[in-house]
Amino acid sequence: MSVFENLADRMNHIFSKLRNKGKLTELEIKQAMREIRVALLEADVNYAVVKDFVAAVSEKALGEDILKSLTPAQQIVKIVNDELVALMGSTHRKLAVSDRPPTVYMMCGLQGAGKTTMCGKLALYLKKQGKKPLLVACDVYRPAAIQQLQIVGKKVGVEVYEAGQGDPVKIAAAGIAHALKNGFDPVIIDTAGRLHIDEKLMKELIDVKREVKPAEILLVVDSMTGQDAVTVADTFNKTLDVTGVIMTKLDGDTRGGAALSIRAVTGKPIKFSGTGEKPEDLEPFHPERMASRILGMGDVLTLIEKAEQAFSKEQAEKLQKKLRENTFTLEDYLEQLDSVKKMGGLGSMMQLVPGLAGKMGKQEIDEEKIMRSKVIIQSMTPKERRNPDIIKGSRRKRIAQGSGTSIQEVNQLLKQFEMTRAMMSRMQKGGMKGLRGMKGMPPGGFPF
Amino acid sequence: MGFFGKMLEGIRKTKDNLSKKLYYAFSARALDDEFYDSLEEALLAGDVGVAASTEIVDDLRNRVYERRIKKPDDAKELLKEILVESVEYEVEPYSYPLVVLLSGVNGVGKTTAIGKLARLFTEQGKSVVVAAADTFRAAASEQLEVWGKRAGVRVVRHNEGADPAAVVFDAISSAKAKGTDVILVDTAGRLHNKKNLMEELKKICRVVERELPEADFRKFLVLDATTGQNGVQQAEVFSEAIDLDGIILTKLDGTAKGGVVMAISVELELPVLYVGVGEKIDDLIPFDAHDFVDALV
Repeated sequence: MSVFENLADRMNHIFSKLRNKGKLTELEIKQAMREIRVALLEADVNYAVVKDFVAAVSEKALGEDILKSLTPAQQIVKIVNDELVALMGSTHRKLAVSDRPPTVYMMCGLQGAGKTTMCGKLALYLKKQGKKPLLVACDVYRPAAIQQLQIVGKKVGVEVYEAGQGDPVKIAAAGIAHALKNGFDPVIIDTAGRLHIDEKLMKELIDVKREVKPAEILLVVDSMTGQDAVTVADTFNKTLDVTGVIMTKLDGDTRGGAALSIRAVTGKPIKFSGTGEKPEDLEPFHPERMASRILGMGDVLTLIEKAEQAFSKEQAEKLQKKLRENTFTLEDYLEQLDSVKKMGGLGSMMQLVPGLAGKMGKQEIDEEKIMRSKVIIQSMTPKERRNPDIIKGSRRKRIAQGSGTSIQEVNQLLKQFEMTRAMMSRMQKGGMKGLRGMKGMPPGGFPF
Repeated sequence: MGFFGKMLEGIRKTKDNLSKKLYYAFSARALDDEFYDSLEEALLAGDVGVAASTEIVDDLRNRVYERRIKKPDDAKELLKEILVESVEYEVEPYSYPLVVLLSGVNGVGKTTAIGKLARLFTEQGKSVVVAAADTFRAAASEQLEVWGKRAGVRVVRHNEGADPAAVVFDAISSAKAKGTDVILVDTAGRLHNKKNLMEELKKICRVVERELPEADFRKFLVLDATTGQNGVQQAEVFSEAIDLDGIILTKLDGTAKGGVVMAISVELELPVLYVGVGEKIDDLIPFDAHDFVDALV
């Protein structure tokens, strides 16, 4: 089971088997459909959704044209891609904004889905857009939930309104009054986790909704949820008419099937996903990109966006110039290490590159290794950093001693630097295609 | 309401979903392919997973053939038999001093389970100390302290960001000094693919083994009943890191089926020891395979 890291790997495997075959028989297509069914089920896509999905794909795939076509495998990938996009919706849906401030976003979900953490991430996301958000603590049940929100708020530098463990409806109303008076907009309301079958607590959410008239009611769902995700989402949606879904904990090895099912069953868009424990680990959800990620076709757009966040424009231009003039040095490499770390490590970047997604396998984001690499470079003299070719035996020994590492590690770092330089100049010349031509990865993996 | 009643109440909703489908399956007239298909579907819908569902269905097919069973109703008894076999284990009783460590991914209910376990042990007349080794999540220690008060037990805590192993060390010292029977260790939620955090968990275990080698040391994975097939990976990876002794299945009072436990059981042979069936402090009860399956099918 652990052979396949995620749904993308499974799909990749199924399709590469098809691709190797050239022409396909009806039996081979049926076999592939069975494998797709298992892959989806193991990714926790709801069984009813899987059934419909496989039926739809099979019907199109078994059409005469495809069997006769010269590239049937490609056509099947296309059909699966189209159906996936249809299932997940096609474009990213932005958060709604009210005509009259403040815009209110209300969070809801089961216990432990990650609402409070998500409130902090969302607040930071909005703050970065130049807004002045306010968090309102309406989880009056879970012990220390208010304190947790206060700590989260402090971390992201966003004010938290709380009024102890009173009536959530009144607290929400008071929170909005507070926002109006002090110019906060938008307002994010954290509510207590509850079971969708708890009628009393579900009614409380209806009351909060009536009181605050939210622009968005966002259902927070743990991506590791199994078949029950559909029941939960459906009940919340029927009770509250939610406007969107946020998937949390997508940084695990979860195959994210719940995301597929929820969209299919409720028809409500997934707006964001939480991808890590840090407050900035929040990604706008792009269904069409997710579809190509699932099919192992990479996600260049997200990669570019991530790069834009981590590099400044000047930095990028400087780097391009250096690559052109072939003056990329260890000093620049050091800078790169920091940027790559900001982007979530090379492993996670590689997953977004077409042709490489799924092939990289597990690339741990090893913070420690980045640190060691940095220390090694920092133990070099400026002259060595600018001119790595002069680093021979005795220099290597000194650097190893200075950085508290071994000569092997210094050698490894220099080799990785060379590889990175080669890879980057290839990317420079041939774009992503150049990367795809890269055979093999550096021994010992990347320093990230 | 006794334990059995609570378990039934908790599982009743579980039953609604899974057994409705099973009911349809068993209302078939003959034990044909269609019957087995709908049975497999019911199991899949219950998060039992592809591998385990196939295994269970094949097993049933074989037993039906061997015993020449014709009626779906008799097959139902056989299915129960198979399901019970797959989740029933002999578990060695605790000896004291006892250290219970709870691990798991984020948001499964570890801290709540610690509070409930504390109550279970104090009810049996045991003295309990809790180590608040979740020093990562905001306000986790505060949450645990509230539970500690409810259960009437000591909580050893450090500041946010402190070394969790140091918290455990202090809790053990305190237990040694006072002759406490049970040390409960709450740990931070961690996604099982984060290497550093798994190393931290190992370190906590090393501290326990070094400081209290004579103790009965049990390491449990807390698993949310709504978890899908990812639960198998969780069990696999945590087991690899700290050699789990069992599972605590939480949030069984929702509509989720906790069927992933079957998958885990089939693949890893890990017993379920307790189930959480509500939000009150006494809503954690020992797992009973027969009750579980009876209520399920």
